[in-house]
Amino acid sequence: MSSSLLFNVTTFAYLASTVAFFAFLASRNKNLGLAGSGIAFFGFIVQTVAIGLRWQESYAMGHGHAPLSNLYESVVFFSWTIILIFGFLDLKYKYRVVGAFVVPFALLGMAWAQLGMNSGIEPLVPALQSNWLLYHVITCFLGYAAFAVACGISIMYLIKEKQETTDGNSQAGGVIAMFPSIKILDDLNYKAIMIGFPLLTLGIITGAAWANYAWGTYWSWDPKETWSLIVWFIYAAFLHARITRGWVGRRAAILSIVGFAATIFCYLGVNLFLSGLHSYGGR
Amino acid sequence: MTTKDRGFLQALWDFFCALKLSISLLILLAVTSIIGTVIPQVPNIPEEYIHSLSQTKLQLYDKLGFFDMYHSWWFILLLYLLTVNLIACSIKRLPRVWKIVSEPTLVMDEAFEKSLSLTHDVKMKGESATLREKMVSFLTSEFAKPVVTEIDGTCHLFAQKTPYSRLGVYVVHFSIIIIFIGAIIGSYFGYKGFVTIVEGQSVDSLTSRSGKTIPLGFALKCEKFSVSFYDTGAPKEFKSILTVLENGQPVPGYINIPTIVNSPLTYKGITFYQSSYGSASEGGTFYFTVRSRKGGAPVKLTARQGDKVPLPGGGTMQVLESTDEVRNFIPQFSGPAARIEVATGSGAPQAFIVMRNYPELDEQRGGDTIFSYDGSDQKFYTGLQVAKDPGVWVVWLGCALMVIGICMAFFMSHKRVWIRIANGHVVMGGSASKNPAGFQLQFDALVDKLTKL
Repeated sequence: MSSSLLFNVTTFAYLASTVAFFAFLASRNKNLGLAGSGIAFFGFIVQTVAIGLRWQESYAMGHGHAPLSNLYESVVFFSWTIILIFGFLDLKYKYRVVGAFVVPFALLGMAWAQLGMNSGIEPLVPALQSNWLLYHVITCFLGYAAFAVACGISIMYLIKEKQETTDGNSQAGGVIAMFPSIKILDDLNYKAIMIGFPLLTLGIITGAAWANYAWGTYWSWDPKETWSLIVWFIYAAFLHARITRGWVGRRAAILSIVGFAATIFCYLGVNLFLSGLHSYGGR
Repeated sequence: MTTKDRGFLQALWDFFCALKLSISLLILLAVTSIIGTVIPQVPNIPEEYIHSLSQTKLQLYDKLGFFDMYHSWWFILLLYLLTVNLIACSIKRLPRVWKIVSEPTLVMDEAFEKSLSLTHDVKMKGESATLREKMVSFLTSEFAKPVVTEIDGTCHLFAQKTPYSRLGVYVVHFSIIIIFIGAIIGSYFGYKGFVTIVEGQSVDSLTSRSGKTIPLGFALKCEKFSVSFYDTGAPKEFKSILTVLENGQPVPGYINIPTIVNSPLTYKGITFYQSSYGSASEGGTFYFTVRSRKGGAPVKLTARQGDKVPLPGGGTMQVLESTDEVRNFIPQFSGPAARIEVATGSGAPQAFIVMRNYPELDEQRGGDTIFSYDGSDQKFYTGLQVAKDPGVWVVWLGCALMVIGICMAFFMSHKRVWIRIANGHVVMGGSASKNPAGFQLQFDALVDKLTKL
């Protein structure tokens, strides 16, 4: 069995999970929601095995390294972390319908990686030959994934809020009635960012430590570094607005979506449009 | 001081204490930081970019410091404002927060009750004393062990969780100041620079980023440099073998130290990072074997780069360029190669490539004279980044504090619950230092359990 076969299985599992979640929204059949979560977790386990296999395969090829070294591997890992954070929130808070707005992000990542990218295992260039790679990439992507989940929840918030203000009662609008109340969505948004922000902070710190170890400068205003700081500033503003008072609800949801847009630019935009120290991530 | 002055100072103080300022500064920093990622920054500005700008744009960007944005006066000013803001906020709020932590409000009277957003009134039957016992055990099992205060026959209960989490925010703010101090120490007492050392030679000074020559206080010798490649042609390892010399003598423990990317060499607080390499321009000699297609004994030739060397059958050859690894240019071949130019007198000079690992290859070229390349004694130079940063440990201390502070501030919330028992009424009030929406859910669950008692 090869890792690439398992990655295909993973992609189909996330597709099936997304379909199940959408059917759950349309039919309000609880079993479909359960199926959505179940299939997503099955995909997650398959993906975990596949990542492990790919790691092993790289050793068999003679240049063993963690599968976190290029764009393909990072997108696959990003999908994995999104389902991990979703699974954590799903098991802890049990708002299954959130999956309909989060699993599609993971599906998008896997589909793009499997269909549009070269999946070959490449040896590590000298700059990446360090254990810091593992710590840095894992913390950053867990942070990104938490922001992705927060973004999905914020989109739900905006839809739900709009429906509540136009209809005046939550009886109408069958699909949206399934959503948790806006108060709960607002709280979940905050909780997801509370997971993401410390992880992003750790990601930036481990990146700085690695840069200092490898190049002698912990901060050089490289586009990737700067964008990660921009994302950090945005979520810091979110937290300050939120912690004190006032900025709950709609404005918090919008700030969360803006934060995730900046996150995606930090992750992909910088590699695709700007040049700098992280150029290997763009291939 | 006049009242007017005091009014102004008060207004200034209020301005710097405002949370609105923090949020505005954070968003402003986020937005302005984008500029430097879109506009090339010194020293990496391509000539073409400068030429592509109109004169007015160029002058405008230059005036605004856009080419060195993160060191421009206005960006530094924003950072200073943020620092002053977070110090002012801390000075203003810390004493009050400390008081909440050290002297909690034990009694919820009616005035205080009105200030709480979460309250609930339940009618309950029973003696005051039994109700009290009931509430104490309720809070102990469902929330935290309460403190009981009796005033004029009214019974007050107070329970709290993780009061010290309130200080987490100030730990984070303090950590940011520590990081800034570390950065300032580094910029005043440290430097960043570069050295290039040819194999077998040594250097005792470096060139700083601003072009100044700084003495190292010792000498660094490059014994050897090597580069290796993967089968795919991608670089695998750049390695300099370095020796530290004091007064010309090797320093024990610092002899023949392999220095590769991600594994630097540090001596006396100065760190050397493998960064680039190249062929030394001087002193390279190339070796060739030349034979005629018609037969005859092969002839050995030596050529220095740029020299025209006479060939046995007439004409000359010269080395145009060489590489230690041809794979970077022609992926299907490997090993050293040289591009040479041969002039035979008749016709235009011919330039072609000969490779050490493929001595027979030149036969296929079809020339009268067949060349094979035997390699060169050309030396490499190694390029090392040099950094001295005495502030870096202060920065790491700040980072560690930040992580601790964030954990205190994020994963813990100071939650307080009060209960007042009087005249058959049980009034419960609650507040949390963070995430009021989240605490409300918890409070509602608590109320739910209370009403079911």
